[in-house]
Amino acid sequence: MDWQAFFLTLRLATVTTAILLAVAIPLSAWLVLGRERRPAAAGWLAGVEALVTLPLVLPPTVLGFFLLVLLGPHTAFGRGIAALLGHPLAFSFDGLVVGSVIYSLPFAVQPLVAGFAAVPSPLIDAARILGAGPARMTATLLVPLARRSFLTAGVLVFLHTVGEFGVVLMLGGDIPGSTRTLSILLYNQVENFDYAAAERTSAILLGLSVLALAAIYWHSRERRESHA
Amino acid sequence: MLEFELEARRGSFHLQVEGRFAAAWTVLFGPSGAGKTTLLRLLAGFDRDRLHGVGRVVFTERLLTDGKRGLHIPPGQRQTGMVAQQTALFPHLTAAANVAYGLRNLDGAARNRRVEEMLDLAGAAALARLRPQDLSGGQAQRVALARALAPAPKLLLLDEPFSALDGQASDLLLDRLKEWVRAHGMQTILATHDVSDALSAGAEVLLLHEGRRVAFGPAAEVLARERVRLLIRLGPD
Repeated sequence: MDWQAFFLTLRLATVTTAILLAVAIPLSAWLVLGRERRPAAAGWLAGVEALVTLPLVLPPTVLGFFLLVLLGPHTAFGRGIAALLGHPLAFSFDGLVVGSVIYSLPFAVQPLVAGFAAVPSPLIDAARILGAGPARMTATLLVPLARRSFLTAGVLVFLHTVGEFGVVLMLGGDIPGSTRTLSILLYNQVENFDYAAAERTSAILLGLSVLALAAIYWHSRERRESHA
Repeated sequence: MLEFELEARRGSFHLQVEGRFAAAWTVLFGPSGAGKTTLLRLLAGFDRDRLHGVGRVVFTERLLTDGKRGLHIPPGQRQTGMVAQQTALFPHLTAAANVAYGLRNLDGAARNRRVEEMLDLAGAAALARLRPQDLSGGQAQRVALARALAPAPKLLLLDEPFSALDGQASDLLLDRLKEWVRAHGMQTILATHDVSDALSAGAEVLLLHEGRRVAFGPAAEVLARERVRLLIRLGPD
């Protein structure tokens, strides 16, 4: 068993989940509160939402290719990042994190937007007339009332990152200890006809998925029972 | 003094009304669907996108809404409190925490004192630690009133605020509230379709029908016909 790939994958998924939750909370709140406050702006907010959802339908290899070019030495952005960090982002763990964050963005934003949008608008009106701005409304109203959406978003992002292949391969390649995740390892094992090892790697990926989904369903059952 | 000239559309409903309220207590009276809630929400600064035409609200010489100049002061900066038909208490907070929500500028001790004072005024002192799901409809309305009054707004908008309270409890609370807002120089607008509420308030009344102003003046004059109807309904006893 390649524990290095296992722990690298867990690290990548954990870092991506943490970053995405931090990014998705204000982004989702902005989308929902923007619709509430200015229905006339709903059109272009829907455009932003569609842009955020794009990685969901874009082939991962295409996204990986775009990022590879963008973060590589052929663009000013890529050169700027390399100068800033002292190394290029492509073919590095940090580059994988950037790719994973963009790739899994819709998996964090969609559940949170749905959760925040389910908060009844009279509550939002009440907070507004009591002087709460968007940040306070998010912290004191949307986040506590949409708690379950955080578990869904966190688990989906984590699993999506664990199973990521196309973006990782295009952007990170296959560098042991740096960019070789379980999905890449599995691909290598199958390519080398090492089916026994491939079965073990697949079992781990399957186990992670089942555990995470069980956590969501267990949590939702607990909630249903506590409300009954 | 509250002056307004407002026009708004919501589906097929069209509100077009202007007014100049100088009395401390004004009643918006009309049947369901007359536009009372729509008018109160526009005065509070909500539903900006539904405004058409001039769209002007001035309160104590401060311009709050001016469609011509694109000026729109947000609801939280109008020194306005509102109790809507739906109490909209925050379900994850206790009654006391709900009342404290608009008191961010006060320090802990002052905030607690204010919360106690407001809950006491609304007859909800015993409910401080309860959550909204443990309150009856009438209790929730008392807490919602305390929450709206807590930040000491200059303008108080009440939309059928005591509909879940029985007649006697509603009258008692209304009397206590009138005394309190008078003492604190607060201007109040109460929307109701209940004649007895409108008459007991003894205030100026704006009679609304299908989004239009039908009459405006002292309650005894504007609601004379409704008063007779009420007396007939109550019978010779």
